Amino acid sequence: MSEFFLILVSTVLVNNFVLVKFLGLCPFMGVSAKEESAFGMVLATSFVLTLSSVASYLVWRWLLLPFGLEYLRTLSFILVIAVVVQFTEMVMRKASPLLYQTLGIFLPLITTNCIVLGVALLNSQQSHGLMESALYGFGASLGFGLVLVLFAGIRARLQAADVPETFQGAPIALITAGFMALAFMGFTGLVRG
Amino acid sequence: MTAVVIITLLALAFGLLLAWAAGRFRVEGNPVAEKLNQLLPQTQCGQCGYPGCAPYAEALARGEAPVNLCNPGGTATMEAIADLLGVPPLEVEEEPDGPLVAVIREAECIGCTKCIQACPVDAILGSAKHMHTVIESECTGCKLCVEPCPVDCIDMVELPPTRASWIWPKPALPVEQPPEKEKRVA
Repeated sequence: MSEFFLILVSTVLVNNFVLVKFLGLCPFMGVSAKEESAFGMVLATSFVLTLSSVASYLVWRWLLLPFGLEYLRTLSFILVIAVVVQFTEMVMRKASPLLYQTLGIFLPLITTNCIVLGVALLNSQQSHGLMESALYGFGASLGFGLVLVLFAGIRARLQAADVPETFQGAPIALITAGFMALAFMGFTGLVRG
Repeated sequence: MTAVVIITLLALAFGLLLAWAAGRFRVEGNPVAEKLNQLLPQTQCGQCGYPGCAPYAEALARGEAPVNLCNPGGTATMEAIADLLGVPPLEVEEEPDGPLVAVIREAECIGCTKCIQACPVDAILGSAKHMHTVIESECTGCKLCVEPCPVDCIDMVELPPTRASWIWPKPALPVEQPPEKEKRVA
């Protein structure tokens, strides 16, 4: 049980995918301009990430490993992710149009989110089990969500701030992200192992 | 050889799954366009460049139209649309004094019913050879009735701001010039 808790803490804080592993920077910069859209992106990503890490684990464990096709994992994981995203979009559109409207624009974007592929690859690399894979994916999305929502809040404040002309727009956002990464380095010693 | 077979089978299985899902979870119509259509004021005035509110809503849902074309809806409608679509709000080319409403100078009205026919929201009340009047709460300020009036007795007047349309006034501060640096005398 404590092992699962450690995975969560590790992915959310210590080895945060955005600020420590530097994955998923495109949505981090792109969707953080408005807090509401950041929140929608987080919801969609956590849903897809958990589902796709489980699905790619199944493909890895029961298809690629038995046939000795480890070298095909990037190809097949991308296939799995694309299908999961498409399938999720269809089901959601039918089952809950309201949620689909909130997430609609962000769902197809997730296919290209490198965290999703990163989690699948890391899961197979570290030979996680089914439960571990799901938690790893879920924790990664929680960490992504935490950082994205925090960053959206900071950017809302930046808009009102008196930024020197040279730094306006993307530069100040990148500098802010750098400071956030520095702050997250403080979590490094949190888990002693 | 195994690799080719496995990947082909995997892709085939996923393709079949998606094909089944596409049929099973089919959705009729576009729910987003419907929601957008409900947000629009239904003046059907065509000021956005589309033949009515529903076509504009469909263009919005396809992402082909900017969110700030609806003039009668004003800033409130634009913000609602931008919120629903999750895109940043844009400036609406609104009347400088905010939303307008049509008012008929009733003493001059000759009862020709031309403005009644022009009104897209049936906000003008009256019958032939009797004076007409505007129902203020129904009027969207689209100005379509001003042109047909033969005696020019329709005025567009400014509405007092409501809670939805009120905007915080800009501060009227004088712009301070930075004091000129004193020249140093060596």
